[in-house]
Amino acid sequence: MSREMIAAIARMSRVSLLLFFALAATSLRAQVTADRLTHASSEPQNWLTYSGGYASQRYSLLHQVDPTNVKNLEMKWVFQVQSLQKLESTPLVVDGIMYVTQSPNDVIALDAKSGHVFWTYHFNVSPAARPCCGVVNRGLAILGDTLFMATVDSHLVAIDAKNGHALWNIKVADANAGYAMTLAPLIVKDKVLVGVAGGEFGIRGFISAYDAHTGAEAWRFYTIPGPGEPGHETWKGEDWLHGGAPAWITGSYDPDLNLVYWGTGNPGPDFNISKRPGDNLYSDSVLALDPDTGKLKWYFQFTPNDPYDFDSVQVPVLVDTDWNGAPRKLILWGNRNGFFYVLDRTTGKFLFGRPFVKVNWARGLDDYGRPILTPQPSGTPTFPGQQGGTNWYAPSYSPRTGLMYLSAWEDYSTIFVSVDAEYKEGQHYTAGANTGPIPGGDTPGGQQRGPINTYTEVAGHGAVIALDPHTGEKKWSFDMHDVTTSGILTTAGDLLFTGGREGYFQALNAHTGELLWKANLGGDIIAGPITYEVDGKQYISVAAGHAIFVFALRN
Amino acid sequence: MEIQKLRPLRFLVSSALIAFVLLPAAQALRAQNPPTQYAPADIEYGARIFLTQCTGCHGVNGDQVPGVNLGSGQFRHVFSDSDLRSVITNGIPGTGMRPFNFDPSELAGIVAYIRNMHIFDAGKTKLGDPTRGEALFEGTGNCGSCHRVNGKGPRVAPDLSDIGALRTADLLERSLVDPSAAMLPMNRSVRAVLRNGKVITGRRLNEDTYSVQLIDDQEHLVSLDKSDLREYTVVTTSSMPSYKDKLSAQEISDVVAYLLTLKGVK
Repeated sequence: MSREMIAAIARMSRVSLLLFFALAATSLRAQVTADRLTHASSEPQNWLTYSGGYASQRYSLLHQVDPTNVKNLEMKWVFQVQSLQKLESTPLVVDGIMYVTQSPNDVIALDAKSGHVFWTYHFNVSPAARPCCGVVNRGLAILGDTLFMATVDSHLVAIDAKNGHALWNIKVADANAGYAMTLAPLIVKDKVLVGVAGGEFGIRGFISAYDAHTGAEAWRFYTIPGPGEPGHETWKGEDWLHGGAPAWITGSYDPDLNLVYWGTGNPGPDFNISKRPGDNLYSDSVLALDPDTGKLKWYFQFTPNDPYDFDSVQVPVLVDTDWNGAPRKLILWGNRNGFFYVLDRTTGKFLFGRPFVKVNWARGLDDYGRPILTPQPSGTPTFPGQQGGTNWYAPSYSPRTGLMYLSAWEDYSTIFVSVDAEYKEGQHYTAGANTGPIPGGDTPGGQQRGPINTYTEVAGHGAVIALDPHTGEKKWSFDMHDVTTSGILTTAGDLLFTGGREGYFQALNAHTGELLWKANLGGDIIAGPITYEVDGKQYISVAAGHAIFVFALRN
Repeated sequence: MEIQKLRPLRFLVSSALIAFVLLPAAQALRAQNPPTQYAPADIEYGARIFLTQCTGCHGVNGDQVPGVNLGSGQFRHVFSDSDLRSVITNGIPGTGMRPFNFDPSELAGIVAYIRNMHIFDAGKTKLGDPTRGEALFEGTGNCGSCHRVNGKGPRVAPDLSDIGALRTADLLERSLVDPSAAMLPMNRSVRAVLRNGKVITGRRLNEDTYSVQLIDDQEHLVSLDKSDLREYTVVTTSSMPSYKDKLSAQEISDVVAYLLTLKGVK
């Protein structure tokens, strides 16, 4: 794009800018360029990245569906996947074609308007694959005419988006050693970025980048520094070799700063800190990396020497807003440890943080954001519990309301019990024997439940909460009986869509949290909803149970 | 893959892959299927694989394992071709016969060759040359103007990146000689005329009672509601030319040999 064009675009009004990008997208049909990805949020008819755009706000400019007509939503089509595994996939939608994954690592191309299938791709997963928490995949990335999928046996595969043929397949890590990949890759320029899972298997985590054309590895950043590297001193002896710090959820990217932001998971073993004294960098952190080189620009650690499995793999939500009277580039972060954080994403400076659910493992954060620890006596509940105040469930930020939305677990706790454990390749390395706080009673965990809900109000409950990012103050809360593992979508129609374990797909007023519409989809909603547009009609899609459901306004 | 099945009740065939299961000579034997049911292209392909994969233990003549003579046509536990494929794929636990990871096309070839090795002289057959075949594919054959291989070429015709794992040598040869007869019904082109007169042609990908999905001539994935169509025709003739008179028998064999190397991304 010439300098003159850039200047002309800068002069355009918001509406004409949208029109410009819509037309540009039309003329570029079928070629998803890096430039289109940079401006993904400006072509709301599509859903081009896992989080709907590099800022990961999961906010769409579509507004055909709004609080006045949302009651007229009706189901347009359903696609049943050929798997009984959890369905955690966020689809991509590119110019009327939806791409979705099903367990273990199949890709399906569908007509986004009707759900009819164009092609399927099957990846043969190695029996060595051993993801901790379900043989799941959370979605794809696209660049040009090529889709990219990270597999549960830690391969990265490039697939022709037009016909479903594999173009290349490379091994990222050794599945036998407990490495897995369940995340959607992130495209930055000509590279495909992924991170590994395996924090429960004593891996040494990393984030790595691959040439989109060839699959050649461009760089690898180990989330645990090796000998001689800064941060290695936060580990003792050889603990770092099996210290975990996976990176199992997709990061975000700021094209202006040319930095990717990626959350890291728990140190290992999860629950016995005597096995790994020290801060255990860079576990439970956000890393700001140069996407061209993989060099670390800055980091911020949320939970040093974490004994609770408080992965910090949440999707970094990037927001530009006024801060104390001056514009500032921020990251908003609702952390599994129960605190909501605001960071300056240029420098990593901690701006403030406060709990968004009941927290008793720390009584607050110091001036640098470090938790002031209040470990609970043995045998007593710690709030939040192991699954956290939130987890990997995709959050959302609406520029229209200025609110940050989280799927939260309220009043939820775990009695943490650490035990001894020795590392053995490929075996669980968690060193914990945790229990729920209700003797003999059920407590929600990380997996699905059956059709009868035995998680009573005593064990805690789920909620969608709306936070003011300037204060961390809760503006409203939409409470559910069971917990929620759903992602969240907000739209320019001032709607918030979310699900939950109970299988309800709900539309709330994004300003007030008022329930405006719901549909019982009869199965866990674990993935994030998306919205897109085909032939002038806005569609809203969500995975529930073992199917993709798609809604639009009645004709 | 379509391999004509042996009739197990009529024919007893032997697994010469297994030394200790060879029948005593006195045991009653049944006749083997006539070799004519196996296509020469499959037998040749099987011979090629056999030479590289099997001769280390079984020898060039298939009789190197004591008590096993693959060319004898006498087997004890193996009756059907399916049994033979199973032995090759799964091996025989406790013996030297280990499992082999062959794709369907390779299995078809090996079975065809083993069934015919007593009458087929690999030394006298000029097997197709994949390097020459690739040159023909790109050059004289002009195959790359319609077919895509490993990310190169248009998508109008079927992508051939893994065709060598999906189709037998015989079917590939037939596709080159008589494309319309060999074309899978699923790959047939469709011609749709919308109510506004717009004509859409493309290759069929999926179809149900009310809709059809195709990749059109501009490589767009298109889903059509049949209720929106004025005309809908499935074209039963292939737009691919026959190479029967364009390439020599040896050249066709070369192209088949090349196509058989296309196994897709593993």
